Amino acid sequence: MTLFGIRIPMMMSLVMWAVLWEVVGRLDLIFLIPPMTSVISAGMDLVQTGSWQNATLITLRSFVFGMALAIVVGVPLGVLMGRVRIIDNIFGLWVNMFVSAPLSALVPILMILFGLGETTVFVTVFLFAVWIIVLDARAGVMQVPPSLIEMGRCYGASRWTIFSKIVLFSALPEILAGIRIGLIRGVKGVVIGQILVSIIGYGELFELYSRSFDMERFWALTLILFAAAMLLSAAVELFEKRIEYYAGAR
Amino acid sequence: MANAALSRTQGQLAVTCEDAIVQVRDIGKNYGDVEALRGINLEFQRGKLTTLLGPSGCGKTTLLKIIAGLVPASSGEICVNDKVVTGPGPERAFVFQDFALMPWATVMRNVGFGLELRGVPAIERNRVARRYIEQVGLAGFEEKYPHELSGGMRQRVGIARAFAVNADVLLLDEPFSAVDEQNRRKFQEDLLRLVDLEKKTFIFVTHSIEEAVYVSDRIVLLSPRPGRISQVIDPMIDRTASPDDIRRDAGYLNTVEEIWQGLRQYAE
Repeated sequence: MTLFGIRIPMMMSLVMWAVLWEVVGRLDLIFLIPPMTSVISAGMDLVQTGSWQNATLITLRSFVFGMALAIVVGVPLGVLMGRVRIIDNIFGLWVNMFVSAPLSALVPILMILFGLGETTVFVTVFLFAVWIIVLDARAGVMQVPPSLIEMGRCYGASRWTIFSKIVLFSALPEILAGIRIGLIRGVKGVVIGQILVSIIGYGELFELYSRSFDMERFWALTLILFAAAMLLSAAVELFEKRIEYYAGAR
Repeated sequence: MANAALSRTQGQLAVTCEDAIVQVRDIGKNYGDVEALRGINLEFQRGKLTTLLGPSGCGKTTLLKIIAGLVPASSGEICVNDKVVTGPGPERAFVFQDFALMPWATVMRNVGFGLELRGVPAIERNRVARRYIEQVGLAGFEEKYPHELSGGMRQRVGIARAFAVNADVLLLDEPFSAVDEQNRRKFQEDLLRLVDLEKKTFIFVTHSIEEAVYVSDRIVLLSPRPGRISQVIDPMIDRTASPDDIRRDAGYLNTVEEIWQGLRQYAE
């Protein structure tokens, strides 16, 4: 970005907003926005507390397990839907419904089913992430160029070999894109799940800080979450780029 | 120029020849209500390059894919080396219009893929692949990926892959249609060199009259809706002449003109 002929680094916009936040905070206009500097120092203190570390552990655990299950279930289901008409007919409608449904509304039902604990959060993460992984894997498998499959048949590949050596590799970029979006949705899932359950992990901390109007810590926790989600997405994107490198010219 | 052995069976043209490697017997193909091919009787001579030429919609690619065993025929049968075939087989190799290269694999692996599918050990198939990569003029590009190559170079990979499996019959489906004009001419010259070098049977599909006349020993003209054989032409061009002389040769130009006269009724 250039302004008045001067090149401005990308991070500038972040810095400008932080400065604006600081100014508004210092003016003491509303208690909701404490100065940025005190949010950051609250964050520094926060990460050293046992309650934060414990909450992070619980959050990570639900997230990792939920995501792992979403990938293990989602990719094969999507691939099967892309290859087998009957399976596509059975699951297609449901997957499309759930991918756009407001799943937060289901969390109270999950609470009744799985109790007020980590299991509910884990299931929430799974439900938030799995559908887009299914749809992208399905799309990836379905848009394998027909000539590549003919090529495999022509040179004597069995059905299984065509699937394992051609279809899966050809669908890999879409499968990874689905997993990346799934990860971002999973982060939403873990936070929403915990906030609704509200007695474990970050949900408990958010509940505590907002009840006691401890806005410094509230914002510090929010910023940590934002940063974590962005880093996660960037990491997968980096991995995707390496795959794209050789699947590039499609 | 001479007209080939032609006979009429049930009002249809039939083409026969000595020492046929591929025999197309009474092939018909329907897609639902649409009749794509009707009563095709055609023999392909061993060691020659035969071109299927015709306007779009004449079923030339369909016929080629039926010969390849990729598309089932609605009626009739295909014989290769005197055996009836119903699916793809190692004696036939296919070159695709859109190249059909695996974007995640290097040139080397793409060229050796046919051998990989047959379980040939890596050292052996890389040796064979390297030889054909060199023969199609891609030496030095072994470790490149398809997206790093131009369209013409990609099709050279496709051709090297077909050569590497050492099939008797090479089936080429409009291989140069996605290649720009300058490269296409170079390609046609290289193809003639490879035909001469490899002593294989080529079945070539194209919609370019000039290309067909330039490269073919025999041209089979198909007419559309439904696809039938309408004419057979043996161009009889002296291939020892230089490419530029061939393209200026009166026989070459007359053959192109004659085919155009036969096809113009189908042009919109």
